Amino acid sequence: MTERTIRLTLKIWRQKSAAEKGRLETYHADNISSDMSFLEMIDVVNEQLALDDREPIAFDHDCREGICGMCGAVVNGRPHGPEKGTTLCQLHMRHFNNGDTIVIEPWRSRAFPIIKDLVVNRGALDTLIQSGGYISVNTGAAQEANTTLIPQEKSEAAMDAATCIGCGACVAACPNASAMLFVGAKVSHLGLLPQGRPEAARRALRMVRQMDQLGFGNCSNERECEAECPKEISITNIARLNREFLKAGFFSSSS
Amino acid sequence: MRLDAHIPGGPITEKWDRYRFDLKLVNPANKRKFDIIVVGTGLAGGSAAASLAELGYHVKSFCIQDSPRRAHSIAAQGGINAAKNYTNEGDSIWRLFYDTIKGGDFRSREANVYRLAQISNNIIDQCVAQGVPFARDYGGRLANRSFGGAQVQRTFYAKGQTGQQLLLGAYGALSRQVAAGGVTLYPRREMLELVIVNGQARGIVVRNLVTGEIETHAAHAVVLSTGGYGNVFFLSTNAMGSNVTAAFRAYRKGALFANPCFTQIHPTCIPVHGSYQSKLTLMSESLRNDGRVWVPKTPNDPRKPGDIPESERYYYLEEKYPSFGNLVPRDVASRNAKFICDQGMGVGETGLAVYLDFADVIKRDGRAAVEKKYGNLFQMYEKITGQSPYEQPMMIYPAIHYTMGGLWVDYNLMSNIDGLFVLGEANFSDHGANRLGASALMQGLADGYFVLPYTIGGYLAGTQLADVTTSHPVFAQMVNDANDRIQRLLSINGRRTVDTFHRQLGSILWDYCGMSRNNEGLAKAKGMVQELRNEFWEDVRIPGQPRDFNQSLERAGRVADFLEFAELMIVDAEARQESCGAHFNEAYQTDENEALRDDEHFCHVSAWGYTGSDSPPEQIIEPLSFEYVPLTQRSYK
Repeated sequence: MTERTIRLTLKIWRQKSAAEKGRLETYHADNISSDMSFLEMIDVVNEQLALDDREPIAFDHDCREGICGMCGAVVNGRPHGPEKGTTLCQLHMRHFNNGDTIVIEPWRSRAFPIIKDLVVNRGALDTLIQSGGYISVNTGAAQEANTTLIPQEKSEAAMDAATCIGCGACVAACPNASAMLFVGAKVSHLGLLPQGRPEAARRALRMVRQMDQLGFGNCSNERECEAECPKEISITNIARLNREFLKAGFFSSSS
Repeated sequence: MRLDAHIPGGPITEKWDRYRFDLKLVNPANKRKFDIIVVGTGLAGGSAAASLAELGYHVKSFCIQDSPRRAHSIAAQGGINAAKNYTNEGDSIWRLFYDTIKGGDFRSREANVYRLAQISNNIIDQCVAQGVPFARDYGGRLANRSFGGAQVQRTFYAKGQTGQQLLLGAYGALSRQVAAGGVTLYPRREMLELVIVNGQARGIVVRNLVTGEIETHAAHAVVLSTGGYGNVFFLSTNAMGSNVTAAFRAYRKGALFANPCFTQIHPTCIPVHGSYQSKLTLMSESLRNDGRVWVPKTPNDPRKPGDIPESERYYYLEEKYPSFGNLVPRDVASRNAKFICDQGMGVGETGLAVYLDFADVIKRDGRAAVEKKYGNLFQMYEKITGQSPYEQPMMIYPAIHYTMGGLWVDYNLMSNIDGLFVLGEANFSDHGANRLGASALMQGLADGYFVLPYTIGGYLAGTQLADVTTSHPVFAQMVNDANDRIQRLLSINGRRTVDTFHRQLGSILWDYCGMSRNNEGLAKAKGMVQELRNEFWEDVRIPGQPRDFNQSLERAGRVADFLEFAELMIVDAEARQESCGAHFNEAYQTDENEALRDDEHFCHVSAWGYTGSDSPPEQIIEPLSFEYVPLTQRSYK
């Protein structure tokens, strides 16, 4: 790993609140080490802004190791930036060149109103999970863990879907701002497991309905979600959701 | 003050069962009359809030993140222990209990740890029922792997994302209760004050992190599950937002803080590489199952690691500890890495790193098998360092990871303040002076799913609770205190940013109150921290407004508390004139550089009471007795 120092021009979305208009503002970042993470680069810019008596750029972040799903911004038009399978916090500056201009914007979706600068309200994703993204089991009501056998490949497929970090990049990437990948991942994770089958139909129906109500768009097979998902969740999960949904619609009497 | 841990009588194997029977019950119809505040939504808080709501209580759940699913438990990688003995290696509740007591170097409570081991099996059952996709064998049964400090394979895991999957299970249960109306969520809220009325915890004051408004919430009991304080070191494996504020605010209101100097340094983290660095990244301990730790026998060997022949490598853990080898407990592995590097034998640009090598396992099992087990960890390592662990060994170095100290609690998980319960990493109770790998997830979920739901009922059923609403004058007073403090911070308008103070504090603690401590260094650090705290309150610059989304202000409040708290850690380290587990005072070591306990004088919990910002805390001792696991010098040889 050879460390370089680069100089960047940043165009960053600044917006005081949901009620006010936002705009791109230009900043210069000098002496950026190629070993820094993208968020550490913003830290450096923010330290300088604070010293200059200007307000630092608001951005969400927490674990900085790609698992909490808190961070995310659209970098040069791509959610979480140009590297495949990478969250913004795991994107490193070695992927940029001296003299680059980088445009940084928040997630854009009707369902994710802007709070400030790069920070958006993703509460709609919680509301989606509340509409059925769980298995109904009370604490204490579980049977011995090895009673139900689950074929390894089933379990692994469920795990692949369960890897979703709920960052919202799929929504930000989709031209329709659809949450189908997010919902598909949860419906698949639980529906692939025998424990999740009893509620599978109800879950699919409720989550899809809730998604419509929250202002997310429809899926038109653009596949942008899959391309930008930092956890590389496959769109086969959407196909699985569609099958569950159709099956539920045809064969179930639940509404 | 006399501390009573309320440990029930009877033989250790029967204590919990008997106690549960003796606990008063709240009848189902009455449960809805009680409001309970749960602060934090990690494994402990999330599981507690969900379980309490299932029982019928009204729960208000608070977190600083935008969603409960983002609590830092999500980042736990390796696994969760349970005494299922699916591997037929002779594991048992008793062995898990024994290993945990020994791993904690005899500074935890036997009764609590035994209960934890008993509950461990229920946790796995519960999580599987929730749909946690644990790793399985070809027959479809649950798989296990090894972790440090144990000679049996009892760790359940979901790739390197076990914490994520367990938390999503708890979050699912919580979400279900939100939909059912039993839980109200308050995300992006930070607890600033604990409200005590008539000696009972009856509410909290929080800052709405979006609007900056100060809000008040009343309840019949308050549960803190706000995690650990590792970020006092600035650089740690904790999430950026992890902080001590909620626990410290409770401490200032009279809750005792126990064993604050017990901080765990995790042996396998990606080494520090620059002054701008904001955090450290853990590489799961599970990697020590197959990875071999070594350094070249010749210091500063210029060859690439792969070109150094076996005979010229020093596998120091395997050589020093033949029975546990690379799987010695974390404190032992960390200290050995430090000794090696202090002797000038470290590798990498800074010399502060050792190799963790996977060449043997790749040769033995093939790349595909290794990828299946550790794929996401290897990928994470490569993203950060730009190097592939499939081709060359990882470079690792210890980093702050977990804090065993925390608010003092009794067997009910209640602090010395009536009605204030503390769960998970935020309490001190189960890990003694060193936590074993895969035990934090176990404890968080044990506390939240299977301990608190019973003990809080006993408290509520057996306590006179007056009607208290947020219009009680104590709330107004606490709101004033919170506002005053925010105003005071914003009006300093100095020259240094919050982060520069935080970094400086971290480096003082790392140097003098970190992996290895001595009396001279501790005394020096105390002075340095006091000076830094004064400077902070004179020269910090916090841009922005109080009634706004203001991340600089959030950090400033947390760093202000860390600065005060750091002194408490140092005081505790100074008071404990012995070495035990992760607390290593250089004056107390065996001939082989292992921690040397002084059971005659320090076989106790040090709980500290607040007496004022500038006066020394009061020390209260809870003696520990070991009836079932005899006190011995730990040996992993």
